Amino acid sequence: MTNEAAIPTAVRLAGVEKVFPVKGSDPMVVLTGIDLEVAQRELISLIGPSGCGKSTLLRIIGDLIEPSSGSVVVNGKPAPQARRDRDYGMVFQAPVLFDWRTVEANVRLPLEVTDYPRDQRDALVREKLELVELGGFTKHYPHQLSGGMQQRVAIARALALQPSLLLMDEPFGALDEMTRERMNSELLHVWGETGTTVIFVTHSIPEAVFLSSRVFVMSPRPGRISETIDIDLPYPRSESTREEERYYELVTEVREALRGRPAGGISLAQRSRSDGAFG
Amino acid sequence: MTASSDRAGGAGALPRAASDSIRRYLPALIVFVGGLVLWQLYFSGGGFFRPVPTPTEIVGATVDQWELLSRSAVATIIEALGGLAIGTTAGLLVGFLTARWAIARDILLPLAIGASTIPIIAVAPILNNWFGVLNPLSKMMMAALLVFFPVVISVTRGLVEVQAGHLELMRSYAADDTLILRKVRVPNMLPFFFTALKVGTTLAFIGAIVGEFFGGTSDVLGRIVLQMISGGRFDVAWAAIIIGACAAILAYLVVTLVERWAIPWYWHLHDAPA
Repeated sequence: MTNEAAIPTAVRLAGVEKVFPVKGSDPMVVLTGIDLEVAQRELISLIGPSGCGKSTLLRIIGDLIEPSSGSVVVNGKPAPQARRDRDYGMVFQAPVLFDWRTVEANVRLPLEVTDYPRDQRDALVREKLELVELGGFTKHYPHQLSGGMQQRVAIARALALQPSLLLMDEPFGALDEMTRERMNSELLHVWGETGTTVIFVTHSIPEAVFLSSRVFVMSPRPGRISETIDIDLPYPRSESTREEERYYELVTEVREALRGRPAGGISLAQRSRSDGAFG
Repeated sequence: MTASSDRAGGAGALPRAASDSIRRYLPALIVFVGGLVLWQLYFSGGGFFRPVPTPTEIVGATVDQWELLSRSAVATIIEALGGLAIGTTAGLLVGFLTARWAIARDILLPLAIGASTIPIIAVAPILNNWFGVLNPLSKMMMAALLVFFPVVISVTRGLVEVQAGHLELMRSYAADDTLILRKVRVPNMLPFFFTALKVGTTLAFIGAIVGEFFGGTSDVLGRIVLQMISGGRFDVAWAAIIIGACAAILAYLVVTLVERWAIPWYWHLHDAPA
């Protein structure tokens, strides 16, 4: 398999399952039979209704949660080793900035933790902040910034260690539609500049289609990947991509996949559940 | 407060803050001075409670007895600040222990909370007995005991109650416990700690003076108050009380300044000072 691939694999999941014990009841199967392969420099999305385990899956890839079974290989290493090697950058739904640190000090934090050479920190911090267009806000405190700006700080911080894999958990979920679209374009720009692999968790269909080369559609109870949709829109994408006919077709395709196609063998009950989640 | 108004305020923050604080404290200042004037006018005419001296009489007594009062104030201040230092150090130590080890938390915190319900004033004679009634250390221990509990509780809370997201982030950097302590827990604890320290500063003066009431050397503020009242010199007693209050306020202000210097971001975040 590896000798066939022109681009090396960034992430390979095989048979990943996650079971949470439930007191006084049957254990809850959160994820089952997850096989996933992401090429280096690829940007893929995991999409699904609330409770389908997409955030759990992202945390398993990032070694913040251990899978109950199955293997997680990142850059050819087991996930815990990849985490120790600081291969990951993470962005969560909340910016989780540190109130007591200025913007630049927030971005510098991972460099302090990893003992990055002192004399090179400032330049790197400035570079990442300029990348997310916050070069003029280095001395500000997080509470002085808008939600979108805070999330940009979080992205700059995640990029500070120049990670080979960026894991993003609904990073723009709390933003308004307009800001979200702008952030999407910015993320594509950042991705183009850094060449990092991105795994992006979202519940927004347009966002998933606009950003990704592939969209993995997940369905709940137990969480699994029900469908993979190739997004054959050419990069670089821009705001005009959102007006292309093919874009609309793909949005529709993802939406139908989320509802569960008749051929997919998903029961009516599950269909109405996932519809409800999007109501 | 919106992000944009904050940003707009950023450039000219200092002058704005100064005029803001004048506007904020002016009413209190007017009431304070007005109260003094009424006090003076009412009691200079003979008054209702004769033992209440007028402000000018108190100022006169302060000047007359300055040598005795200042010597006593210094002794009491040393007791209070010594107690503050001992109580804060012990509180920090126990706070870190309880935060670090769940077992320590399970054992020490209930004990600390239980002990804090003891009417501590009743312990003063015992402390005098233990540490020597003439030894300032007995008064310091009284002050330290009062300071200890708020410090333990807030240090523990500040170290333990950190955002789950912050811990997750640190874990993603493969940061060890020491780094998490330094970069997350301690900065998170500081606002809690300073709040306790400010409460502790006033408590330390209460503890020291209460300790003095139960015996010891004579040239301390607590003894001066007792002696002067029994001798009918209410003006000097009041002078001693007011000097004690001024010392406590001054110490409180110093702690507030240190807080401002140590955690400027917190003042920024909550721009209405407590």
